[in-house]
Amino acid sequence: MKLWKSTIAAAALAAGLGIASAPGDAADPLKMAWVYVGPPGDGGWTYAHDQGRKAVEQKLGGKVQTSFVENVPEGADAERVIRDLAAKGNRAIFTTSFGYMEQTLKVAKTFPKVEFYHATGFKSAPNVTIYNSRMYEPAYLAGIIAGHVSKKGVLGFVASFPIPEVVRNIDAFTMGARSVNPKITTKVVWVSTWFDPSKERQAAETLIGQGADVLLQNTDSSAVLQTAQDKGVMAFGWDSDMTAYAPKAHLASCIEIWGGYYTKVAEAMLAGKPLKSTVWGGIKDGMNDLVSVNASVPDAAKKMVAAKKADIVAGKWAVFQGPIVGQDGKVIVPEGKSLSDQEIDSIKWYVEGVEGQLPK
Amino acid sequence: MLESVTPLAASAVALAMPLILAALGELVVERAGVLNLGLEGMMLLGALAAFATVAHGGGLVPAILAAAAAGILASLAFGFITLTLQANQVAAGLSLTILGAGVSAFVGRQYVGFRAPASFEDLPIPLLSKVPLLGPSLFSLNALGYATLALLAGTAWFLYRTRAGLALRSIGESPVVARSLGLHVSRVRYGAVAFGGAMAGIAGCYYAVAQFKMWQEGLTSGNGWIALALVVFATWRPLRVAFGALLFGGVSALGLYLQAIGVQVSTFALASLPYLATVAVLVAISADQQMIRRHAPASLGKPFHDDS
Repeated sequence: MKLWKSTIAAAALAAGLGIASAPGDAADPLKMAWVYVGPPGDGGWTYAHDQGRKAVEQKLGGKVQTSFVENVPEGADAERVIRDLAAKGNRAIFTTSFGYMEQTLKVAKTFPKVEFYHATGFKSAPNVTIYNSRMYEPAYLAGIIAGHVSKKGVLGFVASFPIPEVVRNIDAFTMGARSVNPKITTKVVWVSTWFDPSKERQAAETLIGQGADVLLQNTDSSAVLQTAQDKGVMAFGWDSDMTAYAPKAHLASCIEIWGGYYTKVAEAMLAGKPLKSTVWGGIKDGMNDLVSVNASVPDAAKKMVAAKKADIVAGKWAVFQGPIVGQDGKVIVPEGKSLSDQEIDSIKWYVEGVEGQLPK
Repeated sequence: MLESVTPLAASAVALAMPLILAALGELVVERAGVLNLGLEGMMLLGALAAFATVAHGGGLVPAILAAAAAGILASLAFGFITLTLQANQVAAGLSLTILGAGVSAFVGRQYVGFRAPASFEDLPIPLLSKVPLLGPSLFSLNALGYATLALLAGTAWFLYRTRAGLALRSIGESPVVARSLGLHVSRVRYGAVAFGGAMAGIAGCYYAVAQFKMWQEGLTSGNGWIALALVVFATWRPLRVAFGALLFGGVSALGLYLQAIGVQVSTFALASLPYLATVAVLVAISADQQMIRRHAPASLGKPFHDDS
């Protein structure tokens, strides 16, 4: 597996560099490069990043020149790819997976004049900037819809790895649903992978077999949604708009929107003032959203979603704002308090309504 | 109790079907003395061919044929390199896997992002499908699933009950002796390799058009390798392949099932369960030194030329 993956990566690298090293005109365009962990055709995570890259090209046309390298494994290979991209004259490099963190920092040291942007990490440097998206916001809104739609009061969540980013999405989804129906519960199945359609499908079938009638997933493929359609239950899309995969079962999609941010980075760079501050954007910043709500979703749910969304955008309300009750019934966040970004980034507990134990 | 175990059995059977298809094909190839490690690559090419066929409105039967044809083409390329040109079978098989993964990913780009317009749906058999436990798992398969069971019986019958099957097995044991008896070693091996390719292609079709109903890069996610292991696991016996596939499917389904009913176990341990089970059985088999040696086709992986 490893063997062919790195071979493909090498081939892709050759192709990517081909684009990157094309001779520049008199007015040299700003060169920007992206490093992808999967193929742009995954229909989810990498697809969303590639849409962002395309948005930059569309908006800034001749002023920028973009390229990408796909299927880059996290680890030593990534360092080589990032280093090559920097050496080829790219002025901004986006490394779009958590596992590129150390490699990005290492290469950044040797190329102080290149700006590096690392998605979802937590370590920065003078020329390494972190950006991430608050997916728990659309996850909460999805929960509201699930709370209205679920007949059995049992939700299913197909989860990848027990890291804070995923745990807080389970919490947000459950809290959203319980704001509608306080008796609702969420069953969670961990698949220990980001992308394995067969396992994701199996997990979804298992959850449906245990009575779940609305599913959400924090994995990269559309398998869960399609399984839902086959088995006659409802589900959501994740990372990208997945309506087309299962129009009947698709309630809505929690999507990442990177285009706006990437364009801002490019414009700042063209103006000679590169963006350097950490960005953790949500619905308010236009970095994610809940879109393509199914026509079958009741108006009450749509209204509630719109109201919560407006509150989030206006800064009147936050998902991790008290009172939040933990799985054991004890209050974790008292009324009137809300979690800081740092606390949200280290959530390792389930809220009330989530079944089972969080794997340690 | 029975009611909550039923989905577990059903998902074990569903997971086992494509593994049985691919492993049966490889079993026949290996029984003829050829080791084709390119299973994963052929499955991906078959999956793509099948998906492309339905995506262009071709229908289900043409999809199976296209998948089989793609598998056969790829396997014949492998056959030409290893049987005619006498290249190393391990290297050629691995290259086929890399090639299949790369080509299917490249050509498949245009098919990413939409659902298969036609797909194999479950066809419950009247009455039989009402039987508790067995009904929903064994008698509610899709057309390809029933075909898998037929192919399983057919392959076992062919290998052990027909003259051609005997010829194929003897070639796998000793091509020299087989040739001295007047058998065309290369011709039979080409035939076996093509059959393996067709079966791998159809297994790919199962993933793309019966199970996921979409195209995604690398959608067989390593199951070709599992199928390869199953052949050894089954000591080159068709019915044991089915048993092994069911066991593997059952154990992988069990991990998720235990989580969903709230049993408290480490998810990492659960995720490695199928592989641990495979290792355990392989260890158990190899504990008897003779087991593998006695059952492995004696000429497996060794080049042979009709003129030698």
